[in-house]
Amino acid sequence: MAKKIGIEVSLAISEAVKLADVDAIAAYPITPQTHIVEHLSELVADGDLNAEFIPVESEHSAMSVCAGTSAAGARTYTATSSQGLALMNEILFIIPALRLPVVMTLANRSLSGPISIWNDHSDLMSVRDTGWISIFAENGQEAFDLTLQSFKIAEDHRVMLPINVNIDGFTLSHVIEPHEFLSQEEVDSFLPPYDPPLQLNPDKPVSMGMVGIPEIYFEAKKAQDVALIESKAVIKEVFQEFGEKFGRTYNVIESYRAEDAETLLLTMGSIGETAMEAIDIMKDEQGKKVGLLRLRLWRPFPVDELRELVKGIKTLAVIDRAVSFGGTGAPVGGEIRSALYSTEDRPYVASFIAGLGGRDVTIKDFMDMVNLAEKMETEQEVHEYKMIGVRE
Amino acid sequence: MAKNFSEMTWKEFGLAFMVTNPGCSAEYRTGDWRSQRPIADKSKCIKCGVCYLSCPDGAINLAADGTYDFDYDHCKGCGICATECWTGCISMVEEEN
Repeated sequence: MAKKIGIEVSLAISEAVKLADVDAIAAYPITPQTHIVEHLSELVADGDLNAEFIPVESEHSAMSVCAGTSAAGARTYTATSSQGLALMNEILFIIPALRLPVVMTLANRSLSGPISIWNDHSDLMSVRDTGWISIFAENGQEAFDLTLQSFKIAEDHRVMLPINVNIDGFTLSHVIEPHEFLSQEEVDSFLPPYDPPLQLNPDKPVSMGMVGIPEIYFEAKKAQDVALIESKAVIKEVFQEFGEKFGRTYNVIESYRAEDAETLLLTMGSIGETAMEAIDIMKDEQGKKVGLLRLRLWRPFPVDELRELVKGIKTLAVIDRAVSFGGTGAPVGGEIRSALYSTEDRPYVASFIAGLGGRDVTIKDFMDMVNLAEKMETEQEVHEYKMIGVRE
Repeated sequence: MAKNFSEMTWKEFGLAFMVTNPGCSAEYRTGDWRSQRPIADKSKCIKCGVCYLSCPDGAINLAADGTYDFDYDHCKGCGICATECWTGCISMVEEEN
């Protein structure tokens, strides 16, 4: 087993990007993403990474440059958070439509207002429908591993789509954790150089981003949707290969002590670590039949895997970290209700929103949510979503 | 003429609907929204080529005798050639239909 190195998660991600030998990085600093691109700019300036580091005047420009470099056939990386992601919005739609395999780390941070630099998932949820593959990491090791795997997934000719790797701002980005690094030889044996199927090249010109007249636009969107849905098979394949090579296997939904559970919690991101502790206490000290699902792949949504994992479950408590204002459900909770609606013997779905804008979600909160969800199931309470931890 | 777009299924278009044979718009009659067409009185033509140089759509071609012909399949009828022509040999006339 390789030596573990204690390093800030942001820097570990930068090292993964270096090991992936990217060709181009265009980024604008924004808290809590800053350390990632700051370290990458140092690696380029010191000659440790042979890449173009392109400083820009805004995130809109950063993502526009990424479109250009990726279209030219360069392995392209960027990172952002919150308001920066919001400023990228226009170009975020263009990248998957052009089928450009850009990899972006999203250090999740709440959107203003009120102004907040702290963590929740409202930034990602605001760009949910842009057509990117969205993957969540729960700790630094996962962030390192998933960054490397993302290049392989995105650049697979069966995929050719951009990926955002989500890490909770501060909770992960600014924390020093032990990471097991891969050597350059190991990474090279896993990740081949980018071989673009089509690129901007004067010797073999193509036209990208053509107008989509009404006779074409609909077919273009259908093709894009199918590409995103079908990318799931490649994602699972790459997860499998990575596991076989390096011993850390990832799943589109991770299951924790769910074997005999009647009630399952479902989380995304770093709060899954706290939830696991809560599950251990409830199982080992209270004898409760509980378990945990950690949703790793948000887009494409793993519908089949979810349906399989909740078979025979009585209550499913979904914890969201964003609000869909005035909607029928929180983003994840609503999605899961929709995915299960047409299935037989579906569990009761309790939809909770917790931890907005950096509010802690504690072990006790998870235990309270399990108890509340079970009570709601017994009473078959009709609800859209409940906010947990807000002062009433 | 390439296959009509409106008959193609989503599976028949290539990756990201990219055009892999650039310049293929020449295959399509893109001049059909023209409301005025340029015509030339070639007796006044001094073969200077200013019409050819100023056409924004490459729809004016050099003829064998050194004068210039209009490519009405692609001319949009903008009238720049008629404005630029030094000797006034080009004029714009209404399309009948």
